[in-house]
Amino acid sequence: MADGVFEAVAACVVDVLQVPTGKVVEEAVFTEDLGATSLTLVEVVMALEEAFGIDVPEADVEAVRTVGDACDLVRRLS
Amino acid sequence: MRADRPRTAGRRRAVVTGLGVVLASGAGPGALWRALLGAPPEGHRAVTDWDPSPWLDRAEARHADRFTQFAVAAAESAVADAGRPRTAPDTAGVVLGTALAGVGTLERQALVRSERGDKRVSPFTVPMIMPNAAAAAVSQRLGRRGPCRTVTTACAAGTDAIGEAARLIADGVCDSVLTGGTEAALSDTVVAAFRNMRALSSAGRTRPFDAGRDGFVIAEGAAVLLLEARDAAVERGARVYAEVLGHASTADAHDVTLPLPDGSAAARCMRLALRDAEVEPAAVGQVSAHGTGTRHGDLAEARALTAVFGSGGPPVTSAKGVTGHAFGASGAIEAVAAVLSMAHALVPPVAGLTTEDTELGGSLDLVRGAPRAWTAGPVLSNSFGFGGHNGCLVLGPPTT
Repeated sequence: MADGVFEAVAACVVDVLQVPTGKVVEEAVFTEDLGATSLTLVEVVMALEEAFGIDVPEADVEAVRTVGDACDLVRRLS
Repeated sequence: MRADRPRTAGRRRAVVTGLGVVLASGAGPGALWRALLGAPPEGHRAVTDWDPSPWLDRAEARHADRFTQFAVAAAESAVADAGRPRTAPDTAGVVLGTALAGVGTLERQALVRSERGDKRVSPFTVPMIMPNAAAAAVSQRLGRRGPCRTVTTACAAGTDAIGEAARLIADGVCDSVLTGGTEAALSDTVVAAFRNMRALSSAGRTRPFDAGRDGFVIAEGAAVLLLEARDAAVERGARVYAEVLGHASTADAHDVTLPLPDGSAAARCMRLALRDAEVEPAAVGQVSAHGTGTRHGDLAEARALTAVFGSGGPPVTSAKGVTGHAFGASGAIEAVAAVLSMAHALVPPVAGLTTEDTELGGSLDLVRGAPRAWTAGPVLSNSFGFGGHNGCLVLGPPTT
């Protein structure tokens, strides 16, 4: 989807998790592929809230497993 | 704590084999020693241009308060200085002191919350501000799985930590302990609080035992010593800097910030530490005083020293004229200074001391002006903290 959401989400993920840009693909699982922990995942969501001016409900945070999930969440809440 | 004397039979001797220092004067014990022999700078001693990247990647650094970053750097430097000895994880301990821990992170997050609301507060706030965060990080990063403790006896914490670490070795619990203190409390709130309690020097100069002393300047940083069981250290051919001979702690049970005016609980602490070390007062070669440059503190310490040593006691110095006051790290910084003083056969002068306060009684042999040559002997290192905590450590030169 060429709406720029993936690029902006990826930038947040790279900044928060300090992973190489190349590893941040739609299918990447935050915990297994990008080394996120429950706390760093909270930080990623906080960064998304900041970047997109959205408010992510607690229940939605737990449903975020992949980078693609995060993009979908952002599109739904923006 | 010497195993070769009857009273301490069975207790193992603990020696210092590595030193790690992060201070305003620079990284490493050499920078501290040069600072101790030089002119004291003015103002608070911030570690400016601090770069944690040699020890922590960006994500790790973001999740560690400065007091933890300093501790990790100093601990890893101490291990490197000791030649990276192989250590059995289960008998490798960590005992660090801190007074104000992650207060800088707490201040920043309080501002974030105030300006941007609850939802913007970092989920890492609690594990960053907790006082044991530094020792935990050192244990985790270096794979040390023995006791991992944090001592919080305010400004006596660094000294008490080293004493506790030596005891872990003496009792056979640990073969190796990384110990010392760390502090990063130059936050605006802390500085304002110390200023309002009239503890800071208005001139920005710490002048221990001087007639014109008017408080201290604040320092941040960390000092970590690697202690090892003496037999094992000798066996691996380690460079032995010094031995931890004894330690004691007492409490004033008097006031939260003011010392007991007659210094009696501090004097008792010194005597107990010397007894633990099996060192007679007359055999002490140097006192590394707490000497923070406050009116009441220096006076009480002078009275305590006079009670223990009478007149004609050992040379007395205080590092704080140069280093400033690093609270829970100060005792560890001064332990490193004492070790360096043995190695260089010089006692650094009390920086900032020009006119001795006559109220101190005139019986202290304060080292002033220039460093004094000495034959290394036992050093009594004093630390006293808010809450009435007294900690005294006795260090000795290596013996063959």
